[in-house]
This record gives sequence, C-alpha cells and structure tokens, in this order.
Amino acid sequence: MATLEAMPVLDNPWIRFAARRLGRIVVSVWVLITAAFLMIHLVPGDPVRSVLGPTATAEVVAAKRDALGLNDPLGMQYIHYLQGVLSGDLGMALTSNLPVSQVIGQRLPTTATIAVLAFLLAIAVAIPLGVFMGVLTRGGRARRAELTFTSTSVVLGAIPEFLLAVGLVYVFGVSLGWLPVAGRSGPASYVLPVVALAIGPAAVLTRIVRVQMVSVLSADYVRTARAKRLRSAAVYFKHALPNTLTATLTLGGLLLSVMVAGTVLVENVFAWPGLGTTMISSILARDYPVVQAIVLVYGVGVLLVNLVVDVALAVLDPRSAIRES
Amino acid sequence: MKKRWLSVLRTPVGLSAGLLLFVVLALAVVAPLLWSGRADHVDTNVMLEGASARHWVGTDDLGRDLFFRVLVATRLSIQLALVATLIAVVVGLALGTLPALVGPRLGRFAVAVVNVAVAFPGLLLALFFAVIFGVGAHGAVLAIGLASAPSFARLTQTLVAGVISLDYVAAARSAGIGRFRVLLRHVLPNIAEPLVVNATIGAGGSLLAFAGLSFLGLGVQAPQYDWGRLLGDGLASIYVSPAAALAPGVAVVVAGLAFNLFGEAVAKGFGLTTQLGRLPEAPSAPADVPELDTEHVLDVQSLSVTLPGGLRPVRDVSLRIRRGEAVGVVGESGSGKSLTALAIAQLIEEPVQVTASRLRFRGTDLLTGSHRRLLGTSLAMVFQDPMTAFNPVRRIGAQLAEGAREHDGLTRKAAYARAVDRLRSVRIREPERRAGQYPHEFSGGMRQRALIGMGMMGKPALIIADEPTTALDVTVQAQILQLLQEIRLADEVALLLISHDVTVVRAICDRVLVMYAGRIVEDVSSLDRARHPYTRALVAAVPTMETSLDEPLAVIPGRMPDLADVSVGCAFAARCPLADDHCRQVEPSLETSPDGSRVACWHANDLALTTRGS
Repeated sequence: MATLEAMPVLDNPWIRFAARRLGRIVVSVWVLITAAFLMIHLVPGDPVRSVLGPTATAEVVAAKRDALGLNDPLGMQYIHYLQGVLSGDLGMALTSNLPVSQVIGQRLPTTATIAVLAFLLAIAVAIPLGVFMGVLTRGGRARRAELTFTSTSVVLGAIPEFLLAVGLVYVFGVSLGWLPVAGRSGPASYVLPVVALAIGPAAVLTRIVRVQMVSVLSADYVRTARAKRLRSAAVYFKHALPNTLTATLTLGGLLLSVMVAGTVLVENVFAWPGLGTTMISSILARDYPVVQAIVLVYGVGVLLVNLVVDVALAVLDPRSAIRES
Repeated sequence: MKKRWLSVLRTPVGLSAGLLLFVVLALAVVAPLLWSGRADHVDTNVMLEGASARHWVGTDDLGRDLFFRVLVATRLSIQLALVATLIAVVVGLALGTLPALVGPRLGRFAVAVVNVAVAFPGLLLALFFAVIFGVGAHGAVLAIGLASAPSFARLTQTLVAGVISLDYVAAARSAGIGRFRVLLRHVLPNIAEPLVVNATIGAGGSLLAFAGLSFLGLGVQAPQYDWGRLLGDGLASIYVSPAAALAPGVAVVVAGLAFNLFGEAVAKGFGLTTQLGRLPEAPSAPADVPELDTEHVLDVQSLSVTLPGGLRPVRDVSLRIRRGEAVGVVGESGSGKSLTALAIAQLIEEPVQVTASRLRFRGTDLLTGSHRRLLGTSLAMVFQDPMTAFNPVRRIGAQLAEGAREHDGLTRKAAYARAVDRLRSVRIREPERRAGQYPHEFSGGMRQRALIGMGMMGKPALIIADEPTTALDVTVQAQILQLLQEIRLADEVALLLISHDVTVVRAICDRVLVMYAGRIVEDVSSLDRARHPYTRALVAAVPTMETSLDEPLAVIPGRMPDLADVSVGCAFAARCPLADDHCRQVEPSLETSPDGSRVACWHANDLALTTRGS
C-alpha cells in the first residue's frame, strides 16, 4: 500500500485540503439523504393512510403503497431512493400528483432570491457600519456610542426574523401602508421579506466587524502604517479591513446558513410562494415526498454555503488550510 | 461562588435582565391561577375586536380577551421551552461525554455525528424532527430539544477535553478510578458553571424556536395556546387588530431576551476585571525654555503623556537632538521610554493626551496643524517587534512603496522600484523576489531590515528606533545596529535609540538619557561619568568580562514604583542607598551642569557615593 510520502501529489497541502473537504461533503450529503429517506419510515402511523384519509378503502391504500414502493424490503427501497435522488427523480407529490422535482423547480428560485438579496443587504450594511463603529470606538473611545451600539445590535440580533417580520408588517404595511405585506407581486413585495431576513444577521455581523476592527487597529502593523503617515482611509480600508475578513467571513457563512433556514418562517409571515411555505403546507397535509425533498434541498444548500466559505477562507488565509492538514 | 452571582446582579445589565427574568417566571407561575377564567371567557358580542379600554389588546374570534390570553400563555410557553432545554442538555451531555466514557473509537464516531449535526441550522433540524415526531406540542418539544442537543454536545466535548487533561484528573484516572466516576466526581463539577450559563441562554433560544413552530402550526394545537399560537392567529387579522399579533410577539421577545441577557451577563460577570485607580493631577513643573536653534533636528520641551483617569506615565520630558547625533534612552520597563518616543512621533491617539510647551521637528512646530508629509518623509520609525510590525496580508514591497506613492506622488511602478532599491540597500538578498513576498516568508532579522528600509523610503532626518533589537538574537542584533550606524553616518541622520540594554546604547550613542518613573533623571555624554545613583546602579548591573562568576550578579533592590504611587519626593528614593528625608519629601528638578549634562538628584555632587553592596 502506498504511504503518504510515496505519493508526492498528497504532499501538496492544497490537494489534501481539497480531498478532505470533498470527503466531508460526500459524507454529509450521504447522511442527509439517508436521514430524508428514514424520515418517511419514522413518522407515526402509515403515511399513505394519513394522506388518503380514513375513508379510503384498504385496497386503495394498498395500491398506493405498492405504487410508491413502500411494500418492498427496506434495503431495496433505500437503494431505489438513492438512485432516484442521484438522477434527479424525487418521486410524486401525494396531494398534487405533480413530480416533486417540478414543485421544487418552481419554488426554489423565489426562496433563493430573497435569501441571496438579504445576505447581500446584510453585508452591504455590516461592513461599512462595522468599520465606522470600530474606528469610532477604538482604544476605548466613545464609550457611550459603543454601549448604545452594542445593546441595540444585541437586541436586534436576538429577535427572531419572523417576529421582526411581524413588526415590519405592522409598521410598513398596516400603519404606513407603503409596502405590500403578502405574496409576490412586484419589486416592492421583495422589500419587507428581504429586510426582515437581513436585520438580525446584519446586526450580528456589524458587531463582529466592529470588534475585529478595534482589535486590528491596536495591532503593531497599524501603528507602522500610521508611522508612514498614510491617510486615515488608507489605514482603515487597506491595512485594517483585510485583516478582519477571516472572522467576518466565517461568521457570515454561519449567518447565511441560518438565513436559509430563516426563510421558512419569513415566507410564512409574508405568504411568500417559496420552498418554506410549500414545506409547511406539505407537513400539515402529510405530503411526505415533498417534505423529504425540501429537507434535502435546504440541507444541500447549507452544505454548499459551508463549502464556499471554507474555500474562500482557504484562499484568503492559506495558513488556515495548511495548518489543518 | 455566591459572591460572583451577586456581583453579576450588581451590574446594570445583570440586574435588569435578572429582574426581567424574575417577572417572566413569576408570571408563568401566577398568571394561569389568577386569570384563566377571564382568558377563556367566550363573549360572542365582541368577536375580533381591536384594542379598547375593556380589552387592552382586543379579542379573538370567540371574543376572548387577548391581553389575559397572552399573560396566561406565559406558563405554557416557558414550560415547553424549559422542557425542550432540559432535553437538549441531557442529550447533549450524553453525546458530549461519550468520547470520554467509551474510548477513542466510539468517541470519534460521537464527535463525527455531532460535527455533521452542528453544520445545520437548529431550525432545520427542528423542522426535520417535528415531521418525525408529528405535529403537536409533544412532538415540537422533542424536536426542539433534539435540534439544540448537538450544540450542547459540542460545548460539552470542548469543556470535557479541557478538564480531563488537567493534572488532578489524570491522577485520579491513573489511580484506577473508573471513567464514569471520574466524569461524575471530577469532570462534571468543573464544567457545570459554563453549562448552566449556556443552558440559560439556550432556554431563550428554545422559547423563540417554540414560538416559531407554534406560529407555523406545527407546535401547540388548539384549544391549548402559547405565544406562538396566539401570534399565528393574530397575524391573520393584523389589519383589523394589530395588537393581537404584536402583543404575543412582544411577549416572546421580552421573555427570550430576559433569558439571553441574563445568561450573557452571568457569563461576562464571571470574568470581571477591576479598573485602574485614579490619581489627582500631578503638578507640572515649568521647565526653563532655552532658545530655539536650527542645528537641532528635534527640540522637545516639557512633554507629558496623560492617560484617561489622570495617570501620567511621562512627565515633563525635555530633550534636543542635533543633526546626525545618536541619543540613547535607557530605563526599565514602564519608565516611559516608548511612550516618549511615540509622543514625539505624534503616534499617540485619543483618549491618551500629549502635552508639551514645545515640540519642533526640523524647525516645524508639530503641536499645531497636520504635518503628514514632513513626518512621512523625514521621520523614520523602527519598532520593537518585527514579527508584528508588518501587515500579514500585504506584500512587503507594496507596504514599502505606499508611503512614497502617498507623499512623493510616485507612480506605482516607480515607488515599487524604489522599494526594491531600499531593500537592496538594507542588504536583503534578491530584493526583486523578496519584495513580492509576504511578511511571514521573511525571518525576524530580515523583517527588521525591511522595516528600516521602509523608513529610508523618504529622506529621513531622524530615525526613532524603539527597542529595535530586543526581539532578535544576538548575531542579528549586531547586524541591525551596524546597519543603523552606517545609515546615520552616511547621511547625517539623527538617531533616537530606545533600549533597556545599557550595552547597546553605550556602543552606539553620543549621549544617553536615563528615564525613571516617567521622568528624565539624567542626561550624560558617557555612562562612565554618570552621577545619578540610578544610572550608576544600572551600569553596575551589567556584567563585564571582569565580573567575578562566584559573586551573585549585581541587581538594583526593589522595583520601580507603580504609576499610581508616584506621590512626593524623588521616585527613586525607596531604592536609593543615599536617600534621606529631603529626598523623600521634595522631588529634585533636572539641573543643567556647566558641561551641558543634566541630572535630577540631590546627591549628584556627592562623589563618594556607592551603590553596590548597600
């Protein structure tokens, strides 16, 4: 058997890094698919009976079970399910009799749009504001501003997005009547869902950028930069900001995956025609194939976000990737 | 332990969060007892009404009063959140301690499971489990408990790993005590505190998550109701009666924050630090101000540095440096050497205050206006630690070049070429290649040379070097000092060399300033002619080739007074063999002798003094 030393390719830290990440994501996807498969077998009672209702005859139920392959041995069903998922066949929805992949195809883009917009909004607010607050409060300056900022951002960051959403509906929909509060119509209908999703993560991210800026601004190399008598903006944006990005990105990735999950609740507040509303209505209607598929989609989305962040971190800070392997 | 909890309650955040939490918990206990009747009273005459004097928050579709329903719902909401948290803690503890209990192989499996699970947001896990356990309060409790378990497991794993390697735990294990007992007796008590704090914060999270599930219709089912349920029902009629949706929302936020903030306050309070003691403003002695003359590169009169709170780590420092002159500053750590250097270089920022009656560099008054270009081109700084003085994420060449682009208006290319040239002149081999590298690819000595090269990008008249060789090994030290010396002699560049190493200063400098407790106590051209007992003690403490190896090394007894303790008299009196009552009561001023040397000592002319063996 070839050892690591005998294979020069594996000496390259980048290849080892890529191999590790690939291995991790393959395992995670497998766990995810297996969990989704088991879900339908772990639900209490007979899923087919519960969707068809108590009035359906035993023959109808049995025929439906047969059609869904639920009478096959478990191992067989697992293999069929794996094959199906990998080839993009997610089965048929029980309630609408549409292919599940078609349902997902319709709903995924609307969800992804608000998630991505919200993430961009959070970044666009958090980085300039965090830098500004960091500069303002560095070295224990402007204590009162720091206290106000920190408490505000802690509170905003702790309120779950669906409650913020309700608050936004009340203020901008009911009281002011400026923005539509339900459904997807024009560009204006995107505002409230996106803002509701973005506020919490923006608050948390701003806080991290501020704390990082404060610590970076006391670093020796910032003093060196100041000793060169550069303009303040050059010191802050060229020397300090790049050194805060590792922590910001790590946390940003985490927040993005939380945001993906947060869409479920926010969509339900705004009756947004996305995966989240479909998921909840499918859970309540016991349409398990659809629920299974949406769980998979969300899970894969989270894994992708994690992967992108890991790779970006490795590119930005090569030492982290090498240290790990 | 008790004291620490009390001290948490004494902070404003801790107290308000604690009070809030107490109110929430009290409501959970008493609200259903007092108001169940009113909350469940059906009145079909007032269905779906908005807020009014009789119904503060309005009524629901059966005419029940929503204000009381929100109050009564406190119990169920809190109860469910606490049960879910309990499940999370128990399952998390079990999963987290598994690696310590079952040995490495199974342990690794447990770690892997936790790792996969924590990669997913809690809400997704909760939804997944909610499907499996079925719609309803029981299913939702289990779902939220299990969904929060992985993060508790991760926390437990980290904490256990930290404790289990401690000596006494290792001793208990090697004494043959079983793993389970070690865990119960030694490990768990040590990690209880952070676990409890995190469980408190976790309870807030569970409360919010539960509200989410109930709001979606997956949690509490009618006729039971919790805040999430009320919120979901209220949202449908938000145009008719906004308060019906807002009131339960506010309740959820307040209760969630109470748990969250209290947990955070406790966590923070257990790592409290004390503040520096305040001191009344020290009187500043006006120094006599000699006339300005142009042969001096630097002219500083009565420079003081004041910290917020009134402490003054640098007091009344006056010094002048001629063109091409090398002046050393020696003194112990904390004597104010580095702060003096930074204050002269205008690198001290608010809220630390720098005051001086005069601060002139090349004839320009630095106290008024901004002099970025002058300082950026004529004043070079070399800092102590070359490992941290460069920005780790930018290339060396770019870091050198940017000053020249800024101040001399060079193009990117020309500035870079100059950077390469300066790297060559500080004897960095292959400067073209090295300029494209990052700081971590340079050795310590090379970085320090590059930093000197950075100072040479302009046309410096003064180099301020703050302990430039302290972080380097001895052979590299010698090279750096030689380089500084060559630069100085070639271009008549003045040098202000700060060091605690008497030998280094003696080897290079034309003149030495000795600092003690924030003041200059002596200014002398040669340390051999020192008159201040402190300077003599410093010199005597340096071993030479003749120092007997049998005798212990000479030391100065005692230590420098703390910044906050400088009161009256000579600061060195407590350690001085010559000190008398006069020294302890009146601080000697820095007197100039006919030969131009300065000394601040009542006994400076007492030539028979001896500092050793006293």
